[in-house]
Amino acid sequence: MLDNMATATTKPKMSARDVKVFYGPKEAIKGVSIDIDMDNVVAFIGPSGCGKSTFLRTLNRMNDTSPSARGEGDFTLDGENIYSSSMDVVQLRARVGMVFQKPNPFPKSIYDNVAYGPRIHGLAPNKAELDQIVENSLVRAGLWTEVKDRLSDSGTALSGGQQQRLCIARAIAVDPEVILMDEPCSALDPIATAKIEELIHELRGRYAIVIVTHNMQQAARVSQKTAFFHLGTMVEYGDTSDIFTNPREERTRDYITGRYG
Amino acid sequence: MNHSLNEHTLKAFDGDLITLRGLIAEIGGRAEKAVEGAMTALTNTDHDLARQVVEGDKRIDALEEQIDRMVIQTIALRAPMADDLRELVAALKISGVVERIGDYAKNIAKRVLLIDPAQQIDAARLLPAMADATRQLVDDAFTAFAKRDADLAVAVCAQDKTVDDFYNSIFRALIAHMIDNPEHVGAGTHLLFIAKNLERIGDHATNVSEMVYFAVTGHSMNERERGDDALAPDSD
Repeated sequence: MLDNMATATTKPKMSARDVKVFYGPKEAIKGVSIDIDMDNVVAFIGPSGCGKSTFLRTLNRMNDTSPSARGEGDFTLDGENIYSSSMDVVQLRARVGMVFQKPNPFPKSIYDNVAYGPRIHGLAPNKAELDQIVENSLVRAGLWTEVKDRLSDSGTALSGGQQQRLCIARAIAVDPEVILMDEPCSALDPIATAKIEELIHELRGRYAIVIVTHNMQQAARVSQKTAFFHLGTMVEYGDTSDIFTNPREERTRDYITGRYG
Repeated sequence: MNHSLNEHTLKAFDGDLITLRGLIAEIGGRAEKAVEGAMTALTNTDHDLARQVVEGDKRIDALEEQIDRMVIQTIALRAPMADDLRELVAALKISGVVERIGDYAKNIAKRVLLIDPAQQIDAARLLPAMADATRQLVDDAFTAFAKRDADLAVAVCAQDKTVDDFYNSIFRALIAHMIDNPEHVGAGTHLLFIAKNLERIGDHATNVSEMVYFAVTGHSMNERERGDDALAPDSD
């Protein structure tokens, strides 16, 4: 109930209207419309090849890097068309950060991993402010107490779960508005996974968060809204509690109950 | 939603659900038989049958435990979602309700053993008809479960008013009779409690139906109109 009201009264952070994505002649996304707001973590679920990751990557134009990909439809961030010619893609990706399946820290120190973004975007005028951004980002990513005494150690020397939180800290450091996560826990053990999930809860409200996951239990645990994708369409989008207890669509029900052949 | 159309990719999960449905059918059937047996024992003053009903309640209690264990195990191991989850929650609640139906039947059977057969009370002549109506409610509730029939579940709830009406009229008749015949207060009180037990069994049949409705549709049944039960307000 509260979730519905939040959606109704909050202006969406990102909106997609009839978005289509083609890889060459193949239509990978067949007209998807969705609103994403700051108050609800959104989970994209669906079988492999359903288009959920493709759609996620359109949200910060990661598909631009794929030469055969071509998109149609309206995509806005705060009402601004993210595919317009005046949109600075580098700036867009700072505003819409991304965390990938496999933790991918730079082969640099923990400090430099987090400081990298603020440096290239010129967010910190002096060392003291950069130190503060690095500390704040690591605190928000739940990693500070574990690394504060070894900030000059290599980021790649951390455990997988710590590396993933470092990547989240790196995304947070440029003060994004939206964080996209593509299977952020699939390479992590259950404890590291739980820490990322707890982190998602803590980050909710400060950033709009969209997470793609194969793990339906994870979608149920971390999100307030769930979108089910199948064969390039968004079959159903609703409150996570409704999707997992009483989905409207037969295809959603078949998928979440494990009835897909 | 038709469960048989699509099987789970994990066949063992279907096996669990089939076993569980079988257990629910068995506990429901035993509870219905217990109600029937207790009332036949009353009508025929058949103490052997009454004792069988009392003894048979142990099996109902054991089935309840078995169902509860199986539901918890299935939730833990299969992480059910949507209608699977609703069905398991419904099964858990239904098993508790049916165990109560068994207890009421056992209580009726125990009273049969205590009633002085010499005290024939005409005011209780509606009891067998009330028992038939109640047993039918229980039967329909479990048919609704077995067939995933939300409409039948709604019908059971509507029919419960018949049982309530029986109860109210038997209640009035027995009170009037006991006022006029104080020597019948012993047997009259037992009969009054038997009527009350049947009325409660009817309520529990509607509880089962409400769970069936929830499991099938994902929605709770609208508050149904309750029969005039003002003479003996329910505690729940």
